[in-house]
Amino acid sequence: MEKLYSLSATQMKDLLDKKEVSSVEITKSVIERIENTDKDIQAYISYNFENALKAAENVDKKIASGEKIGAMAGIPVAVKDNMCTKGLRTTAASKMLGNFVPPYNATVVERLIDSDAIIIGKTTMDEFAMGSSGENSAFQIARNPWDTTRVPGGSSSGSAATVAASQVPVALGSDTGGSIRQPASLTGIVGMKPTYGSVSRYGLIAFGSSLDQIGPMARTVDDAALLFKTVSGYDEKDATSKHYEYKGYGDSVKGMKLGIPKQYFGDGISAVVKEKVYAAVEKLKELGAEVVEVSLPSTDYALSAYYIISSAEASSNLGRFDGVKYGYSGSKRGNLEELYLSSRSEGFGAEVQRRIMLGTYVLSSGFYDAYYKKAKALQKMIAKEFDDALKVCDAIITPLSPTTAFKIGEKSDDPLAMYAGDICTVTLNIAGLPGISVPCGFDSNNLPIGFQAIGRKFDEKTLLTIAKAYENSVGGFAVKEF
Amino acid sequence: MMTNYEIVVGLEVHAELSTKTKIFCGCKNEFGAEVNTNVCPICMGMPGTLPKLNKQVVEYAIKMGHALNCTINGTTKQDRKNYFYPDLPKAYQISQFDIPLCANGYLDVLVNDEIKRIGITRIHIEEDAGKLIHDDDLGGTLADYNRCGVPLIEIVSEPDIRSGEEAYAYLETIRKTLLYLGISDAKMQEGSIRCDVNVSVRPKGSEKFGTRVEMKNVNSFHAAQRAIEYEARRQIDELTHGHEIRQETRKWDDVKGRSMLLRSKEDAQDYRYFPDPDLLTYVIPDAKIQAIKDSIPELPVQKAIRYMNEFKLSRADAELIASDKDIAAFFEKCLSLKDIEPKLVSNWILGDISRVLNDRHCGINDLALTAESMSEMVSLIEKKTISNAAGKQIFEIIIDEHKDVNEIVKEKGLAQVSDTGALSAIVEKVLSNNEKAVNDYKNGKTNVIGFLVGQCMKESKGKGNPSILKEMVIAAIESM
Repeated sequence: MEKLYSLSATQMKDLLDKKEVSSVEITKSVIERIENTDKDIQAYISYNFENALKAAENVDKKIASGEKIGAMAGIPVAVKDNMCTKGLRTTAASKMLGNFVPPYNATVVERLIDSDAIIIGKTTMDEFAMGSSGENSAFQIARNPWDTTRVPGGSSSGSAATVAASQVPVALGSDTGGSIRQPASLTGIVGMKPTYGSVSRYGLIAFGSSLDQIGPMARTVDDAALLFKTVSGYDEKDATSKHYEYKGYGDSVKGMKLGIPKQYFGDGISAVVKEKVYAAVEKLKELGAEVVEVSLPSTDYALSAYYIISSAEASSNLGRFDGVKYGYSGSKRGNLEELYLSSRSEGFGAEVQRRIMLGTYVLSSGFYDAYYKKAKALQKMIAKEFDDALKVCDAIITPLSPTTAFKIGEKSDDPLAMYAGDICTVTLNIAGLPGISVPCGFDSNNLPIGFQAIGRKFDEKTLLTIAKAYENSVGGFAVKEF
Repeated sequence: MMTNYEIVVGLEVHAELSTKTKIFCGCKNEFGAEVNTNVCPICMGMPGTLPKLNKQVVEYAIKMGHALNCTINGTTKQDRKNYFYPDLPKAYQISQFDIPLCANGYLDVLVNDEIKRIGITRIHIEEDAGKLIHDDDLGGTLADYNRCGVPLIEIVSEPDIRSGEEAYAYLETIRKTLLYLGISDAKMQEGSIRCDVNVSVRPKGSEKFGTRVEMKNVNSFHAAQRAIEYEARRQIDELTHGHEIRQETRKWDDVKGRSMLLRSKEDAQDYRYFPDPDLLTYVIPDAKIQAIKDSIPELPVQKAIRYMNEFKLSRADAELIASDKDIAAFFEKCLSLKDIEPKLVSNWILGDISRVLNDRHCGINDLALTAESMSEMVSLIEKKTISNAAGKQIFEIIIDEHKDVNEIVKEKGLAQVSDTGALSAIVEKVLSNNEKAVNDYKNGKTNVIGFLVGQCMKESKGKGNPSILKEMVIAAIESM
């Protein structure tokens, strides 16, 4: 039992149920693991060890007294640092919120606490979730456990890295254009962006409000499903949340129709990624799935639509960080304009400022019709194409990241190259559909590759079933010894 | 020179709605609370928080929409109006841009004794901002966020208003309507109703509008009237000197009685409106819209116009009675109970009743006075069963006590004596005691008759019927 930290959430739950280990033992093991490895992984902005131990003691007390415990009792969870945690610093990896301690919990955090989960700490990310590498964090760059000179992907970089490095079994990420799925793919774990509206956004520091969605990251499908089940469902505090009911999942794809859109296998996708994704499709065929070709012709425009809509919303969402009420306040305060200017120029990083400017521009009078309005029209078109495609199949299989994990610094000077990496993921956010990242092999440098399964709205069941069937067929996903 | 030009005014009125809670969170919506106590992470715009629309706000706004004869759009699409200011914690105001809740209505107002119809462009819902308090002792500017998220409706009129006086009448009618509907406190001094004024002038007979100037900081209805009159004079003066009017926003200084340039058109802000992704458009069912319509009482102006037509009240009397919902109800109930002269009831209401209400600072429903007793009393006066003076005695009792009017008449012996037999002794006595007056009358000073009748009334302890007494006095003198 010396490697408790490396167990899956499901295994931990089992041992706790059998009273073979205590919640405190698990928590201590996880804390020790993080203390030993995080200088190399750099996954956390804030640790919550003291409170985690208290919570673990409380779970042990409940178990000892036979009191009813929650579905995630005793399971250590990491939370991306853009979800508000009452009394625990929440920074969105921005200097702007470097000292921000929320007086309230995000609904997902509230649900974790209600389920007796143990919140271990807050993971690093790209500032305000803008980025695909984790390099836009104002504090630290998380490392990919498979090669620590490489990025773990982003923006949920710390959540991906901590799970992949077996520091914790599960973590929450958020996904506006691929921020759960892409880092999951680059670190060889499972990550799911649920349907828009299935998980409450209350307390999630907004980036693109119509696209943001919180979801699970884990080393096994069962763990991802457990975390998703815990945090999903209607929340009256979020007007966009839906009366969603978690429906479980199976382990057979027999008779399932899987669509393959040729637009997702173009020249921009590296040969090895295509090869491994096709191989995964073959495997699913062997397991009884039927493969059909589908067409998503507007895919080429999706990136433009995505960057316009998400930046427009971000430019408005981030207006509140003005140096007046909380967070970073600028060095120049001669008058109001100086205060605004210095607070925002000094408090936001370059990528965030770039997106605010882009978003402000596309919403400006005279440009609104040419950009924002067109992007919204494209959004409808893309959603319609997905709807049509998902009428002839149960799910769509595509690559996820065009390449495997790249070196830290390799793309950071070229924002357009970085944006291009989101080509396979942003479409789902635009269409509001669920997608899951499933590990499906390695490149010659032993870097993980994932495939993406895309489902109908609120049909996470099919996605989890595909992932589970595939996981079983390969005997579980490889875990990096770290 | 003024006479060659026509004034064109459009008004934007902001009214705070008196819902229990704020528009997007559960905080109390009340005026005058301790600074920064009616606040929560949502109305303070803290990171990650989300708005949730208060449906009562929508209902209240639809009420006003019906009252102003608007088309109700039935969809609540919310848009963000983006700008930076320390009283606006989110750096955007949640408002409505292209689809207001209500549009294309009108409001009839009384200007002097004329009915003037003013078009309503739109009514939309939005949230109020906080308040900045400038205080040197406390180190500059402080922010109070209590008002953040207080629900507002913005009522935009067509440029149909042609004078300061019309603007005043319009604003007063809007205020009374809000009060009548019970959807706003409409207190100018608490800022729960505010207005922006758009003024332009054009040569009489011209169809084309002149360049419009917006006036801010108009803090009372009288200020609005003065600001319009000042601004129209200023514009006409500019034009007659061959200058052009610049499109700009000016700040009204009511103390100095003049306006100053606040910002020119070039400095106008780009609010970058776009649909708020946190609030989904929701559709209000037609049945609900109709039910709200059915619940709306008759409005003050409609009522006043009806009183003028139906009861032949003067405009002033009709408006005064119609302006208070409870008094109007009392008035109409009196008339429904007895077939009595409306003008008599109106006189009582605007005379003795109003005096009591003023003295006691209360409403008519706070008195024990009922329409039953009031109409009975007026009816007795009208039938000459009691005198007006006796009526006043009764009134002093029934404002505070639930007593049967006829009982009081009997108890106090207030029934008017019309029996000439019973009165002749009184007449005889008064005439013999007032020889001088009798002689004056005989010598043509017929106005002493009032004095003599008064003496008879006194002698009868107020019970004598004054008109019969008058006839008897005249007959008695003439037969001397």
